[in-house]
Amino acid sequence: MKTICLYFQVHQPFRLKRYRFFDIGKDHFYYDDFSNRSILRKVAEKCYLPTNQLMLDLIKAYGKQFKIAYSLSGIVIEQMEQYAPEVIESFKKLAKTGCVEFLGETYSHSLASLQNSKEFEEQVKLQTSLIRKHFGQNPTVFRNTELIYSDSIGKRVADMGFKAMLTEGAKHVLGWRSPNFLYTNAIEPRLKILLKNFRLSDDIAFRFSDKNWHEWPLTAEKYVSWLNDTDEKDEVINLFMDYETFGEHQNKATGIFDFLRELPNKIFANGKFEFKTPGEAAESHQPVSPIHVQYPISWADEERDLSAWLGNEMQDEAYSKIYQTGEKVLKTKNENLIKTWRSLQTSDHFYYMCTKWFSDGDVHIYFNPYDTPYEAFINYMNVVSDFEILVDNASGNSKSVKKTEKPAAEKIKPKAEKTSVKKSIVATKKVVKKETTAVKRKTGKLL
Amino acid sequence: MKILMFGWEFPPHISGGLGTACYGLTKGLVKNGTEILFVVPKAYGDEDTNAARFVNASDVETVGTQVELEKLWGNISFIQIDSNLVPYVDEKEFNLCASIDKVEKREGIFRHKYSFTGKYGTNLMEEVARYALVAATIAQNNTFDVIHAHDWLTYAAGIMAKRVSNKPLVVHVHATEFDRTGENVNPDVFNIEKQGMEQADKVITVSNLTRNIVISKYGIDPQKVVTVHNAVDFYGREAFEVKRNVNDKIITFLGRITYQKGPEYFIEAAYKVIERCNNVRFVMAGSGDMMKKMVRRVAKLGMGTRFHFTGFLKGNEVQQMFALSDVYVMPSVSEPFGISPLEAMRSNIPVIISKQSGVSEVLKYAIKVDFWDVDAMADLMYGLVTYPSLSKFSVRNGQEEVNSLKWENAAMKIRKIYNRIANI
Repeated sequence: MKTICLYFQVHQPFRLKRYRFFDIGKDHFYYDDFSNRSILRKVAEKCYLPTNQLMLDLIKAYGKQFKIAYSLSGIVIEQMEQYAPEVIESFKKLAKTGCVEFLGETYSHSLASLQNSKEFEEQVKLQTSLIRKHFGQNPTVFRNTELIYSDSIGKRVADMGFKAMLTEGAKHVLGWRSPNFLYTNAIEPRLKILLKNFRLSDDIAFRFSDKNWHEWPLTAEKYVSWLNDTDEKDEVINLFMDYETFGEHQNKATGIFDFLRELPNKIFANGKFEFKTPGEAAESHQPVSPIHVQYPISWADEERDLSAWLGNEMQDEAYSKIYQTGEKVLKTKNENLIKTWRSLQTSDHFYYMCTKWFSDGDVHIYFNPYDTPYEAFINYMNVVSDFEILVDNASGNSKSVKKTEKPAAEKIKPKAEKTSVKKSIVATKKVVKKETTAVKRKTGKLL
Repeated sequence: MKILMFGWEFPPHISGGLGTACYGLTKGLVKNGTEILFVVPKAYGDEDTNAARFVNASDVETVGTQVELEKLWGNISFIQIDSNLVPYVDEKEFNLCASIDKVEKREGIFRHKYSFTGKYGTNLMEEVARYALVAATIAQNNTFDVIHAHDWLTYAAGIMAKRVSNKPLVVHVHATEFDRTGENVNPDVFNIEKQGMEQADKVITVSNLTRNIVISKYGIDPQKVVTVHNAVDFYGREAFEVKRNVNDKIITFLGRITYQKGPEYFIEAAYKVIERCNNVRFVMAGSGDMMKKMVRRVAKLGMGTRFHFTGFLKGNEVQQMFALSDVYVMPSVSEPFGISPLEAMRSNIPVIISKQSGVSEVLKYAIKVDFWDVDAMADLMYGLVTYPSLSKFSVRNGQEEVNSLKWENAAMKIRKIYNRIANI
């Protein structure tokens, strides 16, 4: 019997307000409360609340047979606490059914795994305790920001005690192999790796409502027939996607909710499949082989690498700037500053500075709080400049305090990984990538 | 294919982008095998009495001198006409330059039997008409397949040439009266422009921005209006090394100081930056009718020690100015194309250009801003001089983009238009 493993990502960034350079040193509040609140409220009403209810109905209808997993970033939980506490309540209800697994990730949906292993661990711990607090679970499966993964990141995750990790079934990593099996980390074989079946996942997440797609309209029957078409020997089909797919990226009128409601029914009717959470799937299947991922991969864009967040000069400067201040920030032991520092690490800020879409002009089509990557960069850097002043002030006379050595080794490695990956990318832009970006950008298209 | 082309300036005697554009364009056309007969009025201010003879069409040959230019120019011949047409001058200004005799207002300057008084150059419209009459003569005495007229001063000439020869007419819009004056358009100029566009078989605009103006403000059938973006030619241009005397970052405005170029927005943005940073200087290079007002504004804001005016820059001085700059800003209110940001990018300087410029349509990587958004403009200036990766990124990509803009490509598009309307 094959396993279907459903996992949904729930995340919304704290968007920054328009912050001009003449605000530096004067204005120390950085967030666009209005859009953060209104976007979260809208997504809650269009997606989180109705989809949670639907999931709850399905679990009730099929008993212990229907299982799903979520990963909620700490940042989105914070926003829910502030703006939509009923969403947290509905997730709690789901948690109580015993059919829902909550995964571990970085608290601020950050790229810390590429940079600073201490901060990475710190954020994972924070996230774990938040999940425990709200949902009474201790995550044992990890999913890194945007499914970013490499051998060394996997090793660190294993060292933190996780037994499995999710990532993208990237073609350039898999080669001839299928994502529909369980793999292990190349350094630490105890860490199981679940790979996203991006074709079947993206059929729902990105292509579902695309009328130009030759398979449109997608029905549950048709989808199940594709599941049946997978190779007989396949063991696990991992369907990973943004939770906002339901009701937000694909709005209600596209029929996405009917599709989702009907899907388990059709799958069970067929009799060849079972649902498992990632944790259960990792336990019940035998890994077929280690998977070697020397350079970090992710689930973003056609390239499936880090080039959505890092790689152009602006992204690299902003990224190194925020991590450079880290040591000083932590030394102040000022909770507010540390919190702000962490929220400035959210990967979305770097995503807005991406220039890959310049070449085909897509950047204007898809949502982004900024018109251009330049604005995103300047706005972010202005905020960071002010933040540095706050940190310096908080350090008081500590400027004279001798500097402790920087974790240089940590810093060099990801950089080297990154550039070599970049070279290996062919900058072709294909349909799938456009779809990826479309949906990613749409996340905020709610105002 | 032979083209009868009417222009008003040609390098090295140029006062703005039009001459440069004509030069690049003709060069590109010659490369794809087009023959060009280029008609230019002689340099301005020359009130030669010979000019009166232009009135008699039969006399044109004795006045117009056909000059074969260097070998490079192969099959382009020039016809020079004595005239005091001046580019970038509106009627008001022209009246000031020319000695004013009271001239009766004439109607129907396009009438076939235009009674030319023999008085020369007291009225710009008269000049336009005179140029048109000469054009008719030239059209009679030469063979060609298509007529191509650049900007409004030559539209009348184009129309006349078309009437005489029955050959198709292309008018090329490098700027409209709306760009030059905002909404205070001169109705005479507007009418000439409108007539030119209406009579033309095809209207070429240098950007979609201009195309929209042609369609919406002049009511021209969109089918007839085609955008061919300008390109840029750096042949023979050398890199400049200039020694800097100050360590401060320099942010530069370079262009005519007129309404169209938006100098006041540059000043207001500069003020915001200077208020906060002490390592930045601003330069406004160029001259124009708003210069005095701008100098007063800078003085009033009390930033005279950090904001400098250079006056009009010629030749190499422009290159030197670029070499000294850290950021180039073109805050134009309405810029049909705008070639100078390309020159800045070519000199490795990051540029901020207004979204209201045609050139922003071809520069995807340029940093763009609404000309009126002074806060955003100031923020961009500050960002470029403060965060090094921003200027690095935009310079690197700007270079590539500028180098890919070739006149050959523009000329190919124009050649296709010729072929279509001449049925070849």
